[in-house]
Amino acid sequence: MCGICGCEQTASGLGNYHTHGHDHDHGGAAEHSDTAGLSRTRIVQVEQDIMAANQSHADANRAHFTEHGIFVVNLLSSPGSGKTSLLVEAVSVLKKRFPVSVIEGDQQTSLDTARISATGVPAWQINTGKACHLDAHTIAHAIEHLPAIDGGILFIENVGNLVCPAGFDLGEAHKVVILSVTEGDDKPLKYPNMFHAADLMLLNKIDLLPYVRFDMNSALEAARQVNPTIGVFAVSALTGDGLSAWLEWIIAGVDHARERRQMALLARRAALQHELDSIDLQF
Amino acid sequence: MHEIALCEGLVQALEEQAGSHGFRHVHRVWLEIGSLASVECDAIRFNFDIMTRGTIADNAKLDIMEVNGTAWCLPCGMAVDLHRFGDSCPNCDSHQLQVLDGTQIKIKKLEVT
Repeated sequence: MCGICGCEQTASGLGNYHTHGHDHDHGGAAEHSDTAGLSRTRIVQVEQDIMAANQSHADANRAHFTEHGIFVVNLLSSPGSGKTSLLVEAVSVLKKRFPVSVIEGDQQTSLDTARISATGVPAWQINTGKACHLDAHTIAHAIEHLPAIDGGILFIENVGNLVCPAGFDLGEAHKVVILSVTEGDDKPLKYPNMFHAADLMLLNKIDLLPYVRFDMNSALEAARQVNPTIGVFAVSALTGDGLSAWLEWIIAGVDHARERRQMALLARRAALQHELDSIDLQF
Repeated sequence: MHEIALCEGLVQALEEQAGSHGFRHVHRVWLEIGSLASVECDAIRFNFDIMTRGTIADNAKLDIMEVNGTAWCLPCGMAVDLHRFGDSCPNCDSHQLQVLDGTQIKIKKLEVT
């Protein structure tokens, strides 16, 4: 579906980091350099963000998701926080009401895809190899391997890493960060970029609270220090505690995505009707 | 974070600029990196030397200009310095801050032939 590059690269690697467009001339190209020893060098003013390539792919993904009314959640956490377990619980319930699919990102193996597929929900595995994060271009190609889920939900389970994935917009509606109580309540302060980028934090494995030193209030305070508007749900993938609140949050997101799609379609119909009316007047 | 991927993106951006600005070799690159971008400048320097080998920026010099982050403090109603996420307003100690600047990783200018 990569509408930007039209390339036929498979989604199994991050080696191709495409850049597109941005061939504006910002002037000043004739400025001369004063570096000694290099004849006829010139200075070119550029002003180009290195992340612009990823951003253009992310924007295209987001436009695609909006057009098809798909609610997209990018799940982020350290390895072992329970991302896949939470996802298995969520898709098992949500698949009864909505079309759902999952993109799994891991450095190696398709173990997580096997766990999702066991629920009957279509899943596509991306192995990032040496890369520590998913990027928007890889997501664009992963979508090509999944069935259409108009009006449904796409979950993207990112590579387990609290640093790099924070910097890559994939075109999702929301980044959701998962912090398990076995990791420590100071994580939001240690990895602030991730908790700043997320709209929602799931505090997972609350069934283990009696056995670990984890202060819920400290964790909330730390998260809000980094991101005052972050939403929080305390959950346990094992016991199911708190999951209904998270599922309701997702369903509200789906409703919103569907409404936006409906409004866009109505606007298109009105525009077409207007065009038809003008033809009727002519004849 | 991901400094290798960033350097790959940088090299591709340089190749793209070579097409639009008509140059064959890059001798020097000026990068602007914000303090909130979660980028380790030393790692960028190290990876830049490796990732540019055999490219149009082979042996190019790299200058990094670090830019301090700034944020809008809601209680103060003014722009304040923000060195990293999680820090509070230097005036009122509030965390109600909206980032204004400092997340960029930007190529500013190039010296080319």
